[in-house]
Amino acid sequence: MTKLLYFAWVRERVGVAEEDVALPPGLATVADLLDWLAARSPGHAAALADRAAIRVGVDQHFAGTGASIAGASEIAIFPPVTGG
Amino acid sequence: MIRCRVQTVSFDLGAEAAALTAGRTDIGAVVTFTGLVRDVAMTLEHYPGMTERQMQSVADAAAARWPVLAGTLIHRYGDLAPGDPIVLVAVAASHRAAAFEAASFLIDWLKTRAPFWKHEAGNGWVAARAGDEAAAARWARP
Repeated sequence: MTKLLYFAWVRERVGVAEEDVALPPGLATVADLLDWLAARSPGHAAALADRAAIRVGVDQHFAGTGASIAGASEIAIFPPVTGG
Repeated sequence: MIRCRVQTVSFDLGAEAAALTAGRTDIGAVVTFTGLVRDVAMTLEHYPGMTERQMQSVADAAAARWPVLAGTLIHRYGDLAPGDPIVLVAVAASHRAAAFEAASFLIDWLKTRAPFWKHEAGNGWVAARAGDEAAAARWARP
């Protein structure tokens, strides 16, 4: 199982802060994951509609859409950060 | 050594600056930056775990690039009122140039690399500003 975490408006649109999912073996990259997730529910689709506004952390490291998700235990999906 | 903290409670700028220099005579410059909530109450959300990791990574990058003798990074989360301090960057060095540059670098990178999100009362989620990315990018090395 992989733990997925959502923050800010991604969390609001998905409807949950986190979920444990069994990722299908065909998912290799962050982009593959986002495509698969977007089909899970209308909430997921709404959250992921604007991919340019999506940032991803794989095991707590920023990861681009081409990054591998192989072996990841925690993947977070969130908007661009606005701290400071 | 730049120390990082993530907390809900406020901080005392004077006490933090004094702690950097206590018992030392090798420090010739302390530069501090304090970020404040402007006009509208907000709630800051963050990603526990990655936040600490990213803050320390930014701190380590600054320490590797400038001769920083001591430093403190504090970022608050939770509910904040207008005028409340959000973030503190304090850097001590032998000379002012390193302290100014490291402090400027730290806040620029913190803003674009630490996973915090501002939600303003009545206005919703704050959008990221292109200017913040540009400010962070100016520290990129050729």
